[in-house]
Amino acid sequence: MGVIQSKINAAKAEPACRIEACAVQSMCMANPSSPPFTPDEIASEGLKPGEYEEIVQRLGRHPNRAELGMFGVMWSEHCCYKNSRPLLKQFPTQGERILVGPGENAGVVDLGDGLRLAFKIESHNHPSAVEPFQGAATGVGGILRDIFTMGARPIALLNSLRFGSLSDARTRRLCQGVVAGISHYGNCVGVPTVGGEVYFDPAYTGNPLVNVMALGLMETSEIVKSGAAGIGNPVLYVGSTTGRDGMGGASFASAELDADSEVEDRPAVQVGDPFLEKSLIEACLEAFKTGAVVAAQDMGAAGITCSTAEMAAKGGVGIDLDLDLIPVRERGMVPYEYLLSESQERMLFVAQKGREAELIEIFHRWGLQAVVAGTVIAEPIVRIRFQGEVAAEIPATALADNTPIYERELLPDPPAYAQAAWNWRSDSLPPCTAEGIEQGGKQTSWTQVLRSLLQVPTLASKQWIYRQYDHQVQNNTVLFPGGADAAVVRLRPVDPPLPLDQATRGVAATVDCNARYVYLDPYEGAKATVAEAARNLSCVGAEPIAVTDNLNFGSPEKPIGYWQLAHACRGLAEACAALHTPVTGGNVSLYNETMSAANTLQPIYPTPVVGMVGLIPDLQFVCGQGWRQVGDLVYLLGAPTDTSDAQAVTLGGSEYLATCYGLVAGRPPQVDLSQEQQVQSTCRHGIRQGWVQSAHDCAEGGIAVALAEACISGQQGAEITLKPNLAQRWDELLFGEGGGRILVSVSPSAQAEWETYLQGYLPQQWQQIGQVIAEDGGLQVITANNLGLIKARIEEITQDWSEAISTQLDSATA
Amino acid sequence: MKFGIVVFPGSNCDRDVAMVTRDVLGQPTRMIWHEDTDLSDIDVVVIPGGFSYGDYLRCGAIARFSPVMQATVTHAQAGKPVLGICNGFQVLTEVGLLPGALVRNRGLHFICDRVPLKIERTDRPWTQGYPRSEVITLPIAHGEGCYYADAETLQALADHNQILFRYCHPDGTVADTANPNGSLANIAGICNRQGNVLGLMPHPERAADPVLGSTDGLALFKGLLGLNFP
Repeated sequence: MGVIQSKINAAKAEPACRIEACAVQSMCMANPSSPPFTPDEIASEGLKPGEYEEIVQRLGRHPNRAELGMFGVMWSEHCCYKNSRPLLKQFPTQGERILVGPGENAGVVDLGDGLRLAFKIESHNHPSAVEPFQGAATGVGGILRDIFTMGARPIALLNSLRFGSLSDARTRRLCQGVVAGISHYGNCVGVPTVGGEVYFDPAYTGNPLVNVMALGLMETSEIVKSGAAGIGNPVLYVGSTTGRDGMGGASFASAELDADSEVEDRPAVQVGDPFLEKSLIEACLEAFKTGAVVAAQDMGAAGITCSTAEMAAKGGVGIDLDLDLIPVRERGMVPYEYLLSESQERMLFVAQKGREAELIEIFHRWGLQAVVAGTVIAEPIVRIRFQGEVAAEIPATALADNTPIYERELLPDPPAYAQAAWNWRSDSLPPCTAEGIEQGGKQTSWTQVLRSLLQVPTLASKQWIYRQYDHQVQNNTVLFPGGADAAVVRLRPVDPPLPLDQATRGVAATVDCNARYVYLDPYEGAKATVAEAARNLSCVGAEPIAVTDNLNFGSPEKPIGYWQLAHACRGLAEACAALHTPVTGGNVSLYNETMSAANTLQPIYPTPVVGMVGLIPDLQFVCGQGWRQVGDLVYLLGAPTDTSDAQAVTLGGSEYLATCYGLVAGRPPQVDLSQEQQVQSTCRHGIRQGWVQSAHDCAEGGIAVALAEACISGQQGAEITLKPNLAQRWDELLFGEGGGRILVSVSPSAQAEWETYLQGYLPQQWQQIGQVIAEDGGLQVITANNLGLIKARIEEITQDWSEAISTQLDSATA
Repeated sequence: MKFGIVVFPGSNCDRDVAMVTRDVLGQPTRMIWHEDTDLSDIDVVVIPGGFSYGDYLRCGAIARFSPVMQATVTHAQAGKPVLGICNGFQVLTEVGLLPGALVRNRGLHFICDRVPLKIERTDRPWTQGYPRSEVITLPIAHGEGCYYADAETLQALADHNQILFRYCHPDGTVADTANPNGSLANIAGICNRQGNVLGLMPHPERAADPVLGSTDGLALFKGLLGLNFP
């Protein structure tokens, strides 16, 4: 019997007597040695025996069934960060633009001119593994609620997805389902999905990742917070009805998946209604503007339990809530089910006493539920009533603040897998020449290698995916998906409206993580993730401002899992501090492991996804990644092609190694954060001066793939000369990754000014490597002494790159 | 020229249209709540894109019963202009102001893209702002935009010159390979026989601001200014 199933059965079996147990506190205290639950019942709530002891200690008695369930979800990693909190503490969270940091529903940053941006990322990994369509759809719904709960109108969505290999039928079904779910919810709710990233790797076969990031523009004068206040103020329940869907989703999200999860955990997946959410956005924003809302909290993970506990704990007050007043969608629910339901599109408000009718009228006008279901009380407890009895009574802080924390021991040395990988050297690859390399007993040209890299789904065009997302609704999308390194959205408040001619600022956003790097070296990989996110923003002309992070990892209870988590957090913290992009919040998703056929738990690659936002002060100066004009000069910023720094630019952890040799080995590129900053600010300056016509960062596949992508995107060719270093291999020159590199094209009329600037601000870190030529000239890469390395037709590489994903997903019906 | 933009629960392109009529063109613009029935101050009624009432049952099937749609039918019958974009087109077919129906896209996926369109006639108020036989590019974003009608209706549409926009290749060739959603006769937009009611799946309001990269849709709105309707 699966975890969730047993919970529901237990709740059905014996609700009434458990409620009584609470009222008779002294009896429980008198006999503390005999808990009213079996160890299995405790474990089925996701609680460990030691945690149960702590619950008894905090309550001074044994919990009842409903209370045990409340602790189960609130003490899950998803809600209380018991494993990650000590690590998250090292993140920089302060900065002059930071208005709201971690701890609220979303972070808020100041973008100048009175524009304030709320943003946050969240995962819906486990639900999507079990029911991809609804799992992904409700992931979108959940993160949007975090944004508009603050008083911000959602203006953009991005997503970061990880799947197994597309050659696997189940993976194709998951991918199609996730994309359809995001499309369904995001399109209907009317928020454009403007960007994202997708990786395909067998490491995610059983456990796909679905991380969704949302951005919103504040519409209320005050940022709406979640701390309850005002003794005697009414507590309003608004939005949709409560049912048995999504029971205990938070604890489910904090456990490993097994082969039966797909069938048995399905009740833990919620079902979303984007139409209802769209109405909820409008109604909430209208309600906040009345000034009658004191505090608001969305009901996400752990539903009523979490929202009441967090609002009470944050406000230092209590909440007395009557379940009989909650609008329901089905009959016969017991307190356990009310409290753990994760029915979607629901919110909890604290209203000013006497103004509740005004608020209720707004919600009714939008066809939504709104009832007074409770009161703010002075005693700092969450008291839940049901059918005239007290069904649960818990100190609010015991659920929300005073939760367990595990300080785990860090492995003193890198685990064996990492040490073995680090021993890899590029001289173990077959020898190569300017013509190419032997692969699988066959001489392969560099052009062929490039073409095969462009067909790797992780690198190939994601048009099949983003074409299913409405990326233009709201009329503010300045750069479309696929055309630039980051999404750019115009900042144009609609209520009250900002005149069009004054809406000249934009926000850029990106989500990034090269998890292979993080797997090979969590510290360097995490640094590289932050650096790449900032580089992507800089490539569209945006100044990086702040970060929201989504830590997707395996079990922290295992030494390797914790080693990965701890070092990745250190890398993130260091890079965010160096690049002046504080972390304003995020999400932690641990236990991303699946039972393999060999009956061992297989963790995913450690995947700390970084969502970063940046400011574009003037939308006239933004940049795409494709060449713009024949004759423009092509420059490489960052580590030069003949660099001798083999740690900065390397084949370690590269896409080339993985694709051509099936190797996940070596050390990933080491990031020099001050060099990154210099390169990026130079790129931004060039864009803002109008010198730089296109900018594209060199990521997976190195310079060669970046050049090809700029050709494909701009449908123009390029004539490129690369200067190698004698100690370097040809594949290191073409496909080596790292070095903080950006490829830019500059109009010849700006050459003198641009190069003068480069000399002054980026000495030794730039090279002019060629120029843009007509499409029929193709992509030609030669060496300084005229050896031909690559010669590819634009039409050919465009086709390779465009069709790699669509052919696998359209032709194959899973 | 006063524009009235209908707001159903679930409409999500209402403000985008207002951005064009009010901000770009400087015309008086009023948002019309779906329960309103007084349209006497309005010249052009716009039914915007989105998912009216969640598009439950069938796209536009619930919206047709709303109070504002009864008023819109009266407005149209008086010969005044009514424009339905995307979901608005679906609503107009459901309410019977335009013939045919919009069904699920041929590929079964939602499609968000920019597509070339051939303007078939420029002697209608909606298209008179465009040069003859021009090919324009407009954004589309729909899951159910495949135009369907029986053979007789299609013939009648052709006979009465009601087809205003067709999906085409960039050079203007109307071919199945240029048809994103499987619409019969590559139909992207049609008007009624009188010409005062237009429904189209593409979004002209998304191509009316140079900052967003295209202004091909602007002439559709501009063409209405200064016209005299009954």
